[in-house]
Amino acid sequence: MLRLEKRPNPSQFWLFATPVVAVILTMFFGGLLFASMGTNPFTVIKTIFWDPVFGEFAFYLRGQLLVKAGPLILIALGLSLGFRAGIWNIGAEGQYIIGAICGAAVGLAFYPTESRLIFIPMIAAGLLGGWAWAMIPAILKTRFNTNEILVSLMLVYVAETILAKAATGFLKNPEGMGFPGSRNFSSYPAAANPELIAGSGLHWGGVAAIVIGGLAYVLLARHIIGFQIKLSGQAPRAARFHGVSPNRLVVLCMGISGALAGLAGMFEVTGPAGQITIDFNVGYGFTAIIVAFLGRLNPVGIILAGLIMALTYVGGEMASTNLGLPSAAIQVFQGMLLFFLLGVDVLTNYRIRMAGGK
Amino acid sequence: MDFGSINPAVLIASLMVASVPIMLAALGELVAERAGVLNLGVEGMMIMGAVCGFIITIQTESAFAGFVGGALGGAVLSLFFAFLTQVLLANQVATGLALTMFGLGMSSLMGQGFNGLKPVQTPIVPLGPLADIPFFGRVLFAHDAMVYFSIAMAGLLWWVLKSTRIGLILRAVGESHEAAHALGYKVIRIRCAAIAFGGAMAGLGGAYVSLVRVPQWVDGITAGAGWIALAIVVFAAWKPWRVLIGAYLFGGITVLQLNLQVAGSWIPVEYLSMSPYLITILVLVIMSSGKGRAHNAPAALGQNFHASR
Repeated sequence: MLRLEKRPNPSQFWLFATPVVAVILTMFFGGLLFASMGTNPFTVIKTIFWDPVFGEFAFYLRGQLLVKAGPLILIALGLSLGFRAGIWNIGAEGQYIIGAICGAAVGLAFYPTESRLIFIPMIAAGLLGGWAWAMIPAILKTRFNTNEILVSLMLVYVAETILAKAATGFLKNPEGMGFPGSRNFSSYPAAANPELIAGSGLHWGGVAAIVIGGLAYVLLARHIIGFQIKLSGQAPRAARFHGVSPNRLVVLCMGISGALAGLAGMFEVTGPAGQITIDFNVGYGFTAIIVAFLGRLNPVGIILAGLIMALTYVGGEMASTNLGLPSAAIQVFQGMLLFFLLGVDVLTNYRIRMAGGK
Repeated sequence: MDFGSINPAVLIASLMVASVPIMLAALGELVAERAGVLNLGVEGMMIMGAVCGFIITIQTESAFAGFVGGALGGAVLSLFFAFLTQVLLANQVATGLALTMFGLGMSSLMGQGFNGLKPVQTPIVPLGPLADIPFFGRVLFAHDAMVYFSIAMAGLLWWVLKSTRIGLILRAVGESHEAAHALGYKVIRIRCAAIAFGGAMAGLGGAYVSLVRVPQWVDGITAGAGWIALAIVVFAAWKPWRVLIGAYLFGGITVLQLNLQVAGSWIPVEYLSMSPYLITILVLVIMSSGKGRAHNAPAALGQNFHASR
């Protein structure tokens, strides 16, 4: 019989090896899944992980990679702070939607201005919208001790109905001939979030992701708040003796993650998505949870993980158009990845021993 | 607005039907949580139950087989959770989320080609003359078996948890796994059983959605019912009979807002359809803001157990 023995300290080797092992295991079992659906697993895995970067259409798809990675990284960076401290904001999808609506609303309110300055209040509105939406579970948690997981998740459904109302009602394009959806930002250059270098896929959201990744790294490694976040997660009792106020931390972590999710939403809707539609959101807020864990809640890791996750989106789309793989298969693939990550993580904190023998 | 079109007997009867999925799922989760396991994957297990039940009903043309299949689907998925959290000691919150994401993707994959089909109708239990009693006949005695099953389960679980040895052991494991372990109870095995029971109940609830409530297959059919079930467990302060009340309350809100939408109320449709979620939040706030920490959560909830010796 095998038995687990707790390590005195987490293994440094496995800390870095687990994401790699998890990705390999996911490829293997994902391959089995694809094979069971009658596709050639090697072709599918190659289409997902190789072709977007090195394949025939890589010149276009590499750009798509950054388009998808930007919001994932932004959201995951925010979430990782809370996850480290044991604060579970799983409603990033809702904060993303509200940020997008607020940012777009400010831009559309000034239509058709030609001043580029309008983009700054739009960014602020996106940040504030996401922040405010995250403050609801945060305040309820600190004031009434309400479970932040359930409240933030419920607010995703509420945000989705508000989005439906925005797309068909208060933000609807008055010249849209009755179709749902707001004005398109691609024909409103002052307020748009364009590609900065043609063909790169890099827009302001990608820039923000990298800058904030750096800031998050400094915050965690050098700042007292970063220390308090880590301490609260690892030893809540010690954190209390150290004088960390749990409530302040909840408000801070939820606020940062909400604001970043809102920012991501605002960049998405003014850039790649182009307009507010009923379903412009594609679940980045949920996938970002996987990104945060794949990156081991570490800013540098999250940037890498965001790129890998973006690969599964871009490659998955390729696989569904070229090989007829249902898009839900990619969702399963991503869910599997999180399973393996969490499962393999046991090796970081435990050693496997044969029971009986010394 | 035309309130006259809302018939109270039909309203109460459909309330009972609407509350079955969340009641079954919440009862299952309650058992898992009383054993100290916080499984946030209810939504994923429900939707797996929904798709498995639907596929099997279409294939066999038997609603009963569908419900069995739904329960199995939910239970099998929950075993992934059991393995990860109980054997590999993974974080329960994160694993639960993974379960939901995986379940949503898997169900949509399995359900391809089943859109637009109609399952056979789940038969109504023939109670003879009882169903002809005015008002009460329509409200109480004209339902399918699952409605009665869900009520019976609430009663059964209340009795099991309160007055039997199994219930006592389950609660001991959930309150203090160290103490239960010291007494010689197999903490991990008991928790795995509780998780599987929770999965089966969530799967049943999901199958009820796709076989009776809707009844057809669309992606994401459970629409957050699993999360509402989780909230109901908190609302119920981990007591089965209060799950019954909670589920009927939420069923009532769902049915009422649907009726108001149909009756053409002055409240916009969007605000009506977000009301169940808003009311869930409101109820959570009221329940958790009680004086002190009197909300009765099992002491070892969400903590993993690793026997050091």
